[in-house]
Amino acid sequence: MTISVQWYLSLSVVLFAMGLLGLLVRRNVIVMLMCVELMLNAANIALVTFARSLNDIGGQDAVFFVLVVAAAEVVVGLGIVVSIFRRKQDATADDMNALKG
Amino acid sequence: MIGATGITVPALNYVAVMPEIALIAGALWIMLATAMSPRRIGSGASLFWTVAAGCVSLGFSVWQWEGVTPHGAYASFDGAVVVDGLSAFVAMTVSLTVIVAALIEEGWMRRRGQSAPEMHMLTLLSAAGAILMGAGNDLVVIFLALEIMSIGFYVLAAYDRRRLASGEAALKYLILGGFSSAVFLFGIALTYGATGSMNLAEIAKYLASNVLLHDGLLLGGMVLMLVGLAFKVAAVPFHFWAPDVYQGSPTPAAGYMAAVAKIAGFAAIIRIFVSTLQPYRADWQPAVWVVAVATLLVGGVVALVQTDIKRMLAYSSINHAGFVLLGVAAATTAGLSASLYYVLVYSFMVMGSFAVVSLVGGPADTAHSLEDYRGLYRRSPWLAWALALMLISQAGVPLTTGFIGKLEVISAAAAAHLVWLAVVAMMSAAVAAFFYLRVVMLMFSPSYGPPAGAAGAVDSGSMVAGGEGVPEPGSVAEGGEGVPGPVGVSSGGGVATASLHGEEGIVGGGGDASGYDAVAGEPAGERIPVPLSTAVALALCSGFTVFFGLFPGFLTAMVHVVTTAIPIH
Repeated sequence: MTISVQWYLSLSVVLFAMGLLGLLVRRNVIVMLMCVELMLNAANIALVTFARSLNDIGGQDAVFFVLVVAAAEVVVGLGIVVSIFRRKQDATADDMNALKG
Repeated sequence: MIGATGITVPALNYVAVMPEIALIAGALWIMLATAMSPRRIGSGASLFWTVAAGCVSLGFSVWQWEGVTPHGAYASFDGAVVVDGLSAFVAMTVSLTVIVAALIEEGWMRRRGQSAPEMHMLTLLSAAGAILMGAGNDLVVIFLALEIMSIGFYVLAAYDRRRLASGEAALKYLILGGFSSAVFLFGIALTYGATGSMNLAEIAKYLASNVLLHDGLLLGGMVLMLVGLAFKVAAVPFHFWAPDVYQGSPTPAAGYMAAVAKIAGFAAIIRIFVSTLQPYRADWQPAVWVVAVATLLVGGVVALVQTDIKRMLAYSSINHAGFVLLGVAAATTAGLSASLYYVLVYSFMVMGSFAVVSLVGGPADTAHSLEDYRGLYRRSPWLAWALALMLISQAGVPLTTGFIGKLEVISAAAAAHLVWLAVVAMMSAAVAAFFYLRVVMLMFSPSYGPPAGAAGAVDSGSMVAGGEGVPEPGSVAEGGEGVPGPVGVSSGGGVATASLHGEEGIVGGGGDASGYDAVAGEPAGERIPVPLSTAVALALCSGFTVFFGLFPGFLTAMVHVVTTAIPIH
């Protein structure tokens, strides 16, 4: 059985859109970070799909770099959340009102 | 690549990444020294190593430049990193930025009574990412470099843990920056799917020899990559993070981020769009026109109503991004030269402005209302002159670098038959001049009057008078005289400041007595102590702005060398 490239790409686009929507709708900072991860990994699925269909290794090894970047971003993000949390027992974006806008 | 005789590895020419290596080595050395030294390493020692790393990186990039100019560009690391005029230009500019930023950061920490190496270290690491972004010839390398730079920025924004706003700014920057990186990455994936490679040279070769019948994937990829990079350079409509992040971040970090993110972001835009996606120019160029117009208008108009100087400078930096985009939108050799020139001189103007703001803001870094600038001339005349110079240069007054930048960009746009874009840019420059001169007027206004709607009460007649009076005095001209020898200028500027202000509080080693819990700003009427390192940084920025405003030939010739090597048809 072969699953056509279109299905993989559709999955990737749907995941990316879910991450985007989640980022816009959800207000919890941890969930927003998870949405960013979802978007990065949706791009990873697209990269692997194209690598397979083009028979080129470049797209697959790019995924490893992206995974590392995603991990580093989460580490920094959680560090910042913790440093805010220490001063203010909350992690909701709506309560962040020291800066307007 | 496993052949009959073994594995073939691509040639690794480390000369291509020497500036990055110098900066990262500096950061690692500072970290190691902090961890291993029995004594506490203060920020003075780390300042020394940061400036040293910046100078070494500058030396390597000048060396690369000297090699590239006669012999042409070369690629290394299997084509992933390229050394050409653009990469050497970015490396030189970012190295200079690092040196100036480290000096300003040092002064900021001195005034707060802090002494820690982390800020310098993060500056070095993010600068390494920015330089790599200018040298990346592969979409993955550009993405990685973008992330190295951005993650450094996130931490720099969060550096001031005493203020909640700093953490908030960092979180906002992180979430929106992560979002834009993901969008950029998805664009990379689509471009890869459409062209079969992530190497920019391969992509260009493929597009030159093939006509895509179904180019939907590539167009989608182009849109997403443009959105991702527009976020990084704060172009409208992807600008909304910038005012909050600049306002919340520690002031020296905000100036550094504003300068470096734009240099690296525009280098990537030029390399990806103008250079590689040249055959699809008819598709991306209109999008850049629209973004440029929106950026020029929104940046100029919204800055008018700001009452916080850091927010005002943020919108002004959005406005500047519009001018740089104007040159990119023209996509001619003259337009790109003008853009690169603009981004170079802008980085010095913005860091000089933020250097003064970091001092006026007080030890707590909170006195940033425009009202805090009323009568600054009475309190600290030299600071007022320096900020006035930076602001009139940003406004584009003749005899400064900002004027030549705006002139070149607008004339390049007009020459590329984008006359209406040039008209919008001129209108935007006129609007922008208003809010810059408003601050200049406030600084030179005589008294500490009550803050009753004073910002709006200034009438335009007096404003023009103030603006014209500014370039006259001898101080400005003197700043330009000694420029050729940077060291001479530095000490000269520092001494001049010291002699004018008296003795205590100015000598670098002294530091400022006022602790954090003291009043937010300086008490009314007292002059502001200027740490030596900030004075040096200000002297460098002012000297650069005036000298190259009077003698622009060297810089314009340099950017012309960069852009003639970029293939434009």
